[in-house]
Amino acid sequence: MAALTREETQALVQEVLEVYPEKAKKDRAKHLMINDKELESSKKCITSNRKSLPGVMTMRGCAYAGSKGVVWGPIKDIISISHGPIGCGQYARAGRRNYYVGTSGIDSFCEMNFTSDFQEKDIVFGGDKKLAKLINEIEGLFPLNKGISIQSECPVGLIGDDIEAVAKKAAKELNKPVVPVRCEGFRGVSQSLGHHIANDSVRDWIISNRDGQAFEKTPYDVAILGDYNVGGDAWASRILLEEMGLRVVAQWSGDGTLAEMENTPFVKLNLLHCYRSMNYISRHMEEKYGIPWLEYNFFGPTKIKASLRKIASLFDESIQAGAERVIEKYTPMMDAVIAKYKPRLQGKKVMLYVGGLRPRHVVGAYEDLGMEVVGAGYEFAHNDDYDRTIKEMGDATLIYDDVTGFEFEEFVKAMKPDLIGSGIKEKYVFHKMGVPFRQLHSWDYSGPYHGCDGFAIFAKDMDLTLNNPCWNMMQAPWQEKPAKSLLKDPLLKAA
Amino acid sequence: MANIMIRKSEKGYVFYMPKRDIEDSIVSMEFDTPGKWGGEIKLGNGGAYFIEPQVAPERLPYSVRARRIDGVE
Repeated sequence: MAALTREETQALVQEVLEVYPEKAKKDRAKHLMINDKELESSKKCITSNRKSLPGVMTMRGCAYAGSKGVVWGPIKDIISISHGPIGCGQYARAGRRNYYVGTSGIDSFCEMNFTSDFQEKDIVFGGDKKLAKLINEIEGLFPLNKGISIQSECPVGLIGDDIEAVAKKAAKELNKPVVPVRCEGFRGVSQSLGHHIANDSVRDWIISNRDGQAFEKTPYDVAILGDYNVGGDAWASRILLEEMGLRVVAQWSGDGTLAEMENTPFVKLNLLHCYRSMNYISRHMEEKYGIPWLEYNFFGPTKIKASLRKIASLFDESIQAGAERVIEKYTPMMDAVIAKYKPRLQGKKVMLYVGGLRPRHVVGAYEDLGMEVVGAGYEFAHNDDYDRTIKEMGDATLIYDDVTGFEFEEFVKAMKPDLIGSGIKEKYVFHKMGVPFRQLHSWDYSGPYHGCDGFAIFAKDMDLTLNNPCWNMMQAPWQEKPAKSLLKDPLLKAA
Repeated sequence: MANIMIRKSEKGYVFYMPKRDIEDSIVSMEFDTPGKWGGEIKLGNGGAYFIEPQVAPERLPYSVRARRIDGVE
């Protein structure tokens, strides 16, 4: 059951939109919808992937964030240069916690910030010489890097530097891939185009590097695509796949290496977790190498079981038996998690607002814990994402695209969810409103949340947040209603 | 003219335009025989595109140039 009826939700949307000027109201109305499970296509109900309205608080990022931060950044043995002024690289450095195995600064470089630090003279006279010098310097200082990518920041596109020429020359000199990525921040309406540009540059500069070379194949080779190993997610996914008998050749791109990416065209099947950021390269590999791809979802036992069976169905009996074995092995563990946390979380309402995938992927995990998602929205999803979301969400729930700060706060005030899952920019606003909050971009510095091991952590984190006694102490002592005494908290008593 | 990619799913042909990230089902295709393939295609969202009729591709997915006739942003 939804938190509000269809009519009430409709009224709420109307009321929230009331403050906007006429034109803005018309535009924003297109980005809000009330879910109807009957719908096949979201096309007529919600508009997405459009430029945000000037004057509203949007939570979107830029193309550079999508390329450097999401797709290229986590590849551990490639050095990604933030080409342009220093801020973009420095303030985005290591923020996504893409874990990896390796020695930082020796053979792994995800946590470091390499930048050309543009000054006025570089804007006036161009930064190509500086870039060439920087690449040489990197090669001298970090000889174990396997390749270099040049991530353009806005000024590079504005002044028209020819980074491709520099990259080609450097690649020849170093005999390593040097990839120019034209992901200037001003391109597109959100980080989504950055993912696309990054995928295209991988396609053009990396993926065909080993075509025709020998590779020892097995019939069970797969690649994990679109798992960025946030807090160790990819590792928690990988063990399940390996336990059922598959061989994971590559991880894109969390804890991934250049060699893994170059070997991906040899696999039998691409497993796609983040559809939004890596469907492009999957489609390319499907066309060029005939590798099918499959979307899967490793959040929560129900979805894990369904996904494992779906993956296994594309292989022979030994893998199918392997999948059943894995499910059998982990079911008692996950049942124990549910038995422990479901009574504490049952019936709680959740609102989500994350990037382009998680709002629909975590719904199953919340439902396994007896919780209900009453509202969900994406920063940068496209229509195909909403098509998939409609089926996951309950009837009459609220769906919002590129929600503005104002709208989100008003929705929360009216719908009174017990928990909000969103990013760092929203976190403290809702903390101040006294609503329990979890960051679903970086798992609030916890994780992993994928896989069976991840589910236990997910459930524990949700409980710790939601049932934290601090939420009963939000009122100051001199205000009328005295805050509930800690001892009277039924949850503490029960424990 | 735009590049589109045509895939096959359980339900039939699927249209995908990388440039605009539009994915939709193909409701009807004018010519769908091994010798002649393409022509006017109609999409689930009401749009229509034209592919120069040609020999059917050996393998799908297949990228091809298409002209927009109607609809779709």
